Amino acid sequence: MDVFVSYNNIVSVLGFNTLSNIKNVSKGISGIKKHINKKVIKTPFYAAIIDTNELDDAFEKIGNIKKYTRLEKMMILSLNDVIQQSKVSLDKKTALIISTTKGNVDALDSESEFSKERAYLPELGKQIQHFFGFENEAIVVSNACVSGILSIAIAKRLIQSRVYENALIVSGDVVSEFILSGFNSFQAISEKPCKPFSKNRTGITIGEAAASVLVTSNKDFISDDAVKILGDSSCNDANHISGPSRTGEGLYRSMLAAFTEAKIQPNTIDYISAHGTATPFNDEMEAIAINRMELGNVPLNSLKGYYGHTLGASGLLETVIGMQSLFNNVLYTSLGFDELGVSQKVNVIKKNESKELTTFLKTASGFGGCNTAVLFKKNKELIKELVCQINH
Amino acid sequence: MVDTAYHIKSFCHIKNNTVSLNGSIIYQNETKGFPEFIKTAYKAVETNYPKFFKMDNLSKLAFLAADILLKNEDLDTEIDNNIAIIFSNRSSSLDTDRKYQESIQNKESYYPSPAVFVYTLPNICIGEISIKHKLYSENSFFIFDSFNAQHLFAYTSSLLLTNKANEVLCGWVEFDDKQYEAFLYLVSKEGTIKHTTKEITKLYQLKLN
Repeated sequence: MDVFVSYNNIVSVLGFNTLSNIKNVSKGISGIKKHINKKVIKTPFYAAIIDTNELDDAFEKIGNIKKYTRLEKMMILSLNDVIQQSKVSLDKKTALIISTTKGNVDALDSESEFSKERAYLPELGKQIQHFFGFENEAIVVSNACVSGILSIAIAKRLIQSRVYENALIVSGDVVSEFILSGFNSFQAISEKPCKPFSKNRTGITIGEAAASVLVTSNKDFISDDAVKILGDSSCNDANHISGPSRTGEGLYRSMLAAFTEAKIQPNTIDYISAHGTATPFNDEMEAIAINRMELGNVPLNSLKGYYGHTLGASGLLETVIGMQSLFNNVLYTSLGFDELGVSQKVNVIKKNESKELTTFLKTASGFGGCNTAVLFKKNKELIKELVCQINH
Repeated sequence: MVDTAYHIKSFCHIKNNTVSLNGSIIYQNETKGFPEFIKTAYKAVETNYPKFFKMDNLSKLAFLAADILLKNEDLDTEIDNNIAIIFSNRSSSLDTDRKYQESIQNKESYYPSPAVFVYTLPNICIGEISIKHKLYSENSFFIFDSFNAQHLFAYTSSLLLTNKANEVLCGWVEFDDKQYEAFLYLVSKEGTIKHTTKEITKLYQLKLN
């Protein structure tokens, strides 16, 4: 059974829908800015943070801004767009999947306006479920930084098993003191905007976003930019809980299994949307895994230079950008890159390039040793149909 | 959709100061508090793994339950054992999240620790189990309001039927404010209990004696 990623949305510092995001990405505009918050980190820090007034102005049109947390507002705004576009019914046939690493963890802060109960992830699930009136209870996926992309694999598997016909996925995480101080305690935060795969990379930049997609097997719900899921896999490094494997074992195995399922040769793909967090160890690990897979020549980018690391949202957000890359036939610049700083060759995209694109690979890795790889293909049948319609 | 080719090969409960394997109690200790209980249980079941002591409560709970089941399998770690790990709970990693939040709440006593922060993700316990048993397999952590046998059954079946896993270690591992409960089971082609939502629910609710 063919399963597609269809209608989509991104709510981020670069805009509140996919179109405004891709316009900014194509112009090379980054959402990362300098912030001063001595409460969190003594020195000024870089992060990609959504303007609170803009968020509230947009949310006010559909809901009460006082009733929902920052993350809920972002998620609801994002998912609302996809529900409006797709007009899919929210009955038993449609799963609601929410992916996040930390959810409303900021509710634990004694200064939060919300009760501490709001930090329970099933509470977040209920807020989203009841806002839209889903019949199904939310399936919350919390699997570190692969959560966003893993959710696509989960949706596809459940649809292929005929448990559901459609799945609406919303992924999101916010920039909180909890996250900033935690990564800072690991000395993993870059003093400058992050520089994935570069020689002078020193760490991550944190960002916040929500992204949503409709995953479906129903041909009535296929958008123009839809992609088919060819193969997917998620493998553990079985090596370390907070450091990536030196051999890229889990990522390599994830890619290998995804290609096996897709029944395509690795060298036939057009583009890799890498994880590329810009920590010294992560990017090196990815370069090793990519070369073990003999993908060193495939054009690759990390979108962290535009959005920062948006944690549980990143995998889904980057998939949506990858879909636009295929749809527009453009490879987008890997922002922040200067000189290659990994031990093995990776073909980092240095400037936007127009090129006929058909397939792409999305990868992600995270704490707990988890890795995920998913292969996507442009929905060509549909493109032919459109051309026929235009010609007649 | 209903798949009867797979079976529940073994299962383990850890709750109410009791550890049981396949419904029979293997350790009990009416001690005070989880930290002391899990330490004595660890010693009683002879899990010799010093890294255990640096884990947070959720990881200790999940690790011990998984170890009791996987120890029985006598896995050869030199070969690939494609056993997926699919866990779920209600409180994610909130027990450790609260501890971490305490460490950053007061600016006068500000001491964020990477050793605590790393456990503020529920799937870390899956990483711990994968490291010990050399499992390079599929893993996922789901959060539900309560034990969700339908979802575990559906997702586990999809992994098995598409050969993404040969066996699946799945279940519920919950730790919240001193309350704890682990129920893990191994789904395999072997075994006598049919892998169905009904059987999973029955085993989850099993009264131990």
